Amino acid sequence: MSMTDHHRVAGSVATQPAIGRRRLLAATGSLALVASTGCATNGSRSAPRVVVVGGGYGGATVARYLSLWAERRVNITLIDRDRDFVSCPLSNLVLGGSKSIADLTVSREGLRKRGIDVVQADVIAVDPVRQEVRLADGRAVPYDRLVVSPGIDFLYDQVPNLQAAEAAGRIHTAWKAGPQTAALRRSLEGMADGGVYAITIPVAPYRCPPGPYERACQVAAYFKQAKPRSKVLILDANPDVTSKGALFKRVWAEQYPGIVEYRGNNGLTEVDPSGKVARLQLDDVKADVLNVVPPMRAADIAQKAGLINANNRWCSVDWLTMESTAAKHIHVLGDATLSAPAMPKSGHMANQQAKVAAAAILAHFEGRPPNPAPVVMNTCYSFVDAKQVIHVASVHQYVAEKKTFEPVAGSGGVSSGPSTMEGDYGQSWAVNIWADMFA
Amino acid sequence: MVRIGIRAVRLRSFDPGCLRRRLASASIGAAGLATAAMLLTPQALAQTTADANVARSLAATCANCHGTDGRAQGVMVPLAGYPSDRLIATFNDFRSGKRPATIMHQISKGYTDAQVRLIAGYFAAQPAK
Repeated sequence: MSMTDHHRVAGSVATQPAIGRRRLLAATGSLALVASTGCATNGSRSAPRVVVVGGGYGGATVARYLSLWAERRVNITLIDRDRDFVSCPLSNLVLGGSKSIADLTVSREGLRKRGIDVVQADVIAVDPVRQEVRLADGRAVPYDRLVVSPGIDFLYDQVPNLQAAEAAGRIHTAWKAGPQTAALRRSLEGMADGGVYAITIPVAPYRCPPGPYERACQVAAYFKQAKPRSKVLILDANPDVTSKGALFKRVWAEQYPGIVEYRGNNGLTEVDPSGKVARLQLDDVKADVLNVVPPMRAADIAQKAGLINANNRWCSVDWLTMESTAAKHIHVLGDATLSAPAMPKSGHMANQQAKVAAAAILAHFEGRPPNPAPVVMNTCYSFVDAKQVIHVASVHQYVAEKKTFEPVAGSGGVSSGPSTMEGDYGQSWAVNIWADMFA
Repeated sequence: MVRIGIRAVRLRSFDPGCLRRRLASASIGAAGLATAAMLLTPQALAQTTADANVARSLAATCANCHGTDGRAQGVMVPLAGYPSDRLIATFNDFRSGKRPATIMHQISKGYTDAQVRLIAGYFAAQPAK
C-alpha cells in the first residue's frame, strides 16, 4: 500500500464521529494502519520485514498480497535470480507453436511500483538463527518472516547420464519455462517427418500433474499439421494418466490417432549417453527428440535452508499458516511443499497458498490468531490444441482435526469435453492471475 | 513481454471512494459502521474484524480467475460491485444446475453457505472500476 493510500485512509476516517474513530480503527482492516502511520508520535517500533525468496506464482503473490493487505507498514523484499517472470502454465503452447516465450513473460516492475524491494540475485544460504538470507554477491538480507517459494529442482542422481545428456543438449527437460522450452521447440522443428518424440513422466507427485499429457497434445498438434508421419510416445512411470485421464485419452484417440501412443507402468531408469535412447523398466525406446521430466524435489535453496523434511524431497508445512515444520519464522509455498491430500503442485495452488501465508503473517504481526478455516482451490486448464481446452478444478477446506486441507466431497471435477469456450477461459485465466501477481 | 494490470493500478490509486468503500468490506455500510461499532461489545468487535479478514481471504480465492478484488479482465465475469444477493442466488443456481456453467457448478459446491455470504458481501463492497 502506498503512502498516498495511508493518507487517504487517515482522511477518510477523520470524517467519522470522534467516538467511533478509535473503535473503527480497531474494527476494520485499514485501521491499524492509521494507528501506526496517522499517529506518528507513538510509532516507535520499526516496520516488520518480510523477505520472499522466489518471484513466481507463490512468491510474487505473497509479496503483492502482503502489500495490499498490510494494516500497517511492512517492509517487503522479493528476491529472484531472474529479472522477469516466465510462466510455466501455457508454456506448452510454445511447443505447439501458438505462443512465444515473450507471450509468457511478465515484468516484476508492478511490484516495485507498490514499494516492494525487488532484488535480482541468487540466494545461496538461509541463516534461521540470525534470521537473514545470504546472496551470492555477499550481501545479507535480514528478515522477521521469510517466505521461501523456490519451485523444484531435479533428482539427477536417480537417472544415470541424465544430467550430462541435458548439459550437452542431447535431451530436454523443459520443466522450467524459458530457454529450455524454446530449445525443445527448436529440436521439434529440426526433427524430420517420420521421427519420434518421446516424453518420460516420473512417479507422482511432480510439478503440474496434467502438464506432460498437455505437452503430448501440443507436440501432436504440431506434428499433425507439419510432420504427419511423426509419433508422440508417452512413457509413464505411473500406472495410468495421473490427471484428466479419460479426457486426454479421448483427445488422443479422436484428434491424434496414429500419432500419440501412451504406455503406462514404464518408468525411466537410465538415459543412453547419446540422448537417443530411453532405458525403461520394461524396454528400451529410441527417440529422435527425448524429453525427460525427471523425478524432482523442493528446489536447492529449500534443501540448503534445511526445510526439506518429508521423504527427503518436500517441505512439510503447517497448513494454517504455511509455516515450515522444520524452521520457525520461515514459510514455504508452492510446488516445494509436501502436498496435502489431492492437492496438485500447480501455479494456481501456489497463488492460493500465498494468500493463506500473507493473511497469517499479517495476523502474526498484528497479534491476532490466524484464520482458523482457510480455503484454497485449484483450476487447471490444459490446451489439447491451439484453441481447445479441458479443465480440472477442486476446492480444499482446512480440516482442523486432521490439521490439513482436504478436497470437499461432491465439489470439483473435469470438463465434459474439449471446447474453445474453455480455451478462451484458459487464456483469460492467465491474464487475470498474472495481474493478481504483478499489477 | 505481457503488459498487465496498468488499468487496475491507476484506478485503485486515483479512485477517491476506494478506501471508504474498502472500510465497508465487512458488508456493513461505511456510514453505519461507526454507529454499529459504538454498540458492539469488544467480543463482537473482534468477531467483526475476524469476519472481515476471513471475507477478504475467501474472496481472494476467486481472484486467480476473476481478478484482484473482483476486477476481472478478458472474458471472466467481474465480481467487484456485484450485488451480494444476486451473487448468492447465482451461486445457488450453479449448485443446483439451474444455471449452466463450464466450471462454476463444480467450484460452487466447495464453499459453505456462510462462506458464500462473506464472499458476496466482500465483492459487493468493492468498487467496480
